[in-house]
Amino acid sequence: MAMENSPGSKGRFGIHGGQYIPETLMNAVNELEEAYNKYKEDPAFQAELTELLNEYAGRPSRLYYAGRMTEALGGAKIYLKREDLNHTGAHKINNCLGQVLLAKRMGKTRVIAETGAGQHGVATATVAALFGMECEIYMGVKDIERQALNVYKMRLLGAKVHPVSSGTGTLKDAVSETMREWTSRIDDTHYVLGSCMGPHPFPTIVRDFQSVISKEIKEQLLDKEGRLPDAVIACVGGGSNAIGAFYHFIQDKDVRLIGCEAAGRGIDTFETAATISTGREGIFHGMKSYFCQDEYGQIAPVYSISAGLDYPGIGPEHAYLHDIGRAEYVAVTDDKAVDAFEYLSRTEGIIPAVESAHAVACAMKLAPKMDRDRIIVINISGRGDKDCAAIARFRGEDLHE
Amino acid sequence: MNKIADAFKNGKAFIPFVTCGDPSLEVTERLVPAMAEAGADLIELGIPFSDPTAEGPVIQEANIRALSAGATTDKIFDTAVKIRRKSSVPMVFMTYANVVYSYGTERFVKNAVSCGMDGLILPDVPFEEKEEFAAVCRRCGLGFISLIAPTSEDRIARIAASADGFVYCVSSLGVTGVRSRITTDTGKMVSLVKEQQDIPCAVGFGISTPEQAAQIAVTADGVIVGSAIVKLCARYGKECIPYVTDFVRAMKQAVTAGPDHS
Repeated sequence: MAMENSPGSKGRFGIHGGQYIPETLMNAVNELEEAYNKYKEDPAFQAELTELLNEYAGRPSRLYYAGRMTEALGGAKIYLKREDLNHTGAHKINNCLGQVLLAKRMGKTRVIAETGAGQHGVATATVAALFGMECEIYMGVKDIERQALNVYKMRLLGAKVHPVSSGTGTLKDAVSETMREWTSRIDDTHYVLGSCMGPHPFPTIVRDFQSVISKEIKEQLLDKEGRLPDAVIACVGGGSNAIGAFYHFIQDKDVRLIGCEAAGRGIDTFETAATISTGREGIFHGMKSYFCQDEYGQIAPVYSISAGLDYPGIGPEHAYLHDIGRAEYVAVTDDKAVDAFEYLSRTEGIIPAVESAHAVACAMKLAPKMDRDRIIVINISGRGDKDCAAIARFRGEDLHE
Repeated sequence: MNKIADAFKNGKAFIPFVTCGDPSLEVTERLVPAMAEAGADLIELGIPFSDPTAEGPVIQEANIRALSAGATTDKIFDTAVKIRRKSSVPMVFMTYANVVYSYGTERFVKNAVSCGMDGLILPDVPFEEKEEFAAVCRRCGLGFISLIAPTSEDRIARIAASADGFVYCVSSLGVTGVRSRITTDTGKMVSLVKEQQDIPCAVGFGISTPEQAAQIAVTADGVIVGSAIVKLCARYGKECIPYVTDFVRAMKQAVTAGPDHS
């Protein structure tokens, strides 16, 4: 039986969340929380953010009716929320614009961030360039190898990229290293955390900045179909695109919310990153949530073909939505994700990020079982250009960028 | 009876840290009593964690070495029992929240007490989250040690007022590891704590030389050294004991004699 959380704890989603971080960072997260509470109600801040989202990032992103896919699957109507069409090619820019604007209001002149696939690193470096801020990105050595093009982009944008060789050399180690860096330089530095995870207030801030996705889906679908979707499907690593796609539907109990975790080579193998399927309750990276770990609480080395989903934890709000049964979490293997990557490319002429392909795979399985008057929305969280070389290699081609 | 207070009764305290199981638990079992013999007043036993976010490279690598060599929480409890048979030196565990939480907080704390441990330090559990662990520790008689940092400022009073055992004053920003200079006014941190409560204050993070230790000990009740010792364990492996004990002896002498004699 788990002990109760401390009465003074903040940022809880059920039992999950909290602020499990070194004392050195506590005033930094308190300062961030205070600033966020002030600016989220500030019309000038919100107007500037909306202007940036629309004019710079290209929002609102399209809600596209995938007619050929719908026809081919022969079931529910499928809509794609095209976050891949945003500037920098993924949903990550929504959060980066919000956080960097906030950091600027707080008087910070330097931003640091972790990145997995490199999408969040590119988005952070982009917004830092736009605002003239110093930018340093921490990225696992394994991911640097997998995502060489994004590394170049970050450097092109003026960011310094630090290779992280500790641990498994992937996203979790990049997060740890960015946290370590933040403890050494707080005064002028904001940590632009890329997912709805970490210590309070990050899970809430990131969710709020990403919730523009579900706000738009709702408006766009009401406009096109006059009703809400039957299911919203999104991939989940830390879970920021999913929480963004789910958020404005949480109160609409008839809308199924489905998060797709990376099963890697399968949830019955050790080469998996499916946290809800294989993890258990724990405390790591500033939060209480579910984590892949061994019997002594050592964090498990995880694996997925997708660098962006290759994370041993999940954001605390997802853990809570799972606990109360409001959202479902399914595991999708590398094989199924790669099939879906190719399927969407050929069927709709849209190359999704391999992360997003996990959600496409889930929809491909679900749609045929649903009636034709049902509606599924898949969040295409990013574009797949970055993955083409890796998928080609997965298929046995000798392609190097 | 909790022995933490005893650690500060023998003049300025010297508090070494070792990662249990680095290079092996057999070495840890011999090293800890030897450090006590050499003058250590309280010893921090690190339980390795796969992803220690408050540690610099030296202790990160020690964690990996220990885990690779097969150290587990249960085996470390066994080692603590064996150490207790040889030495009555006050000892505290230092590890990360998940190691305790995942084991079951109540079960962990009860086992620690029955092994003869005196306290617990969790660097990723700040004041706001501490009751979840501290309440269990209080009930079972294990000291739950609070940390304050150079950035704590207005938080120091609150943390100090409810602190137990001793207060761990973090001397530098950043992670653990050897630093050539300590620039934080640790004397001021200590006096802010003492305004709240007459509790021993030990300063750690970055201290590696007798000169630094002697200087810090002018205002602190104790000096904590981790990375400099772990470096010796890394360098000499299973032969590390005489090197570590020489170091402990020199450090205890320095904190006792003060800056003019080191």
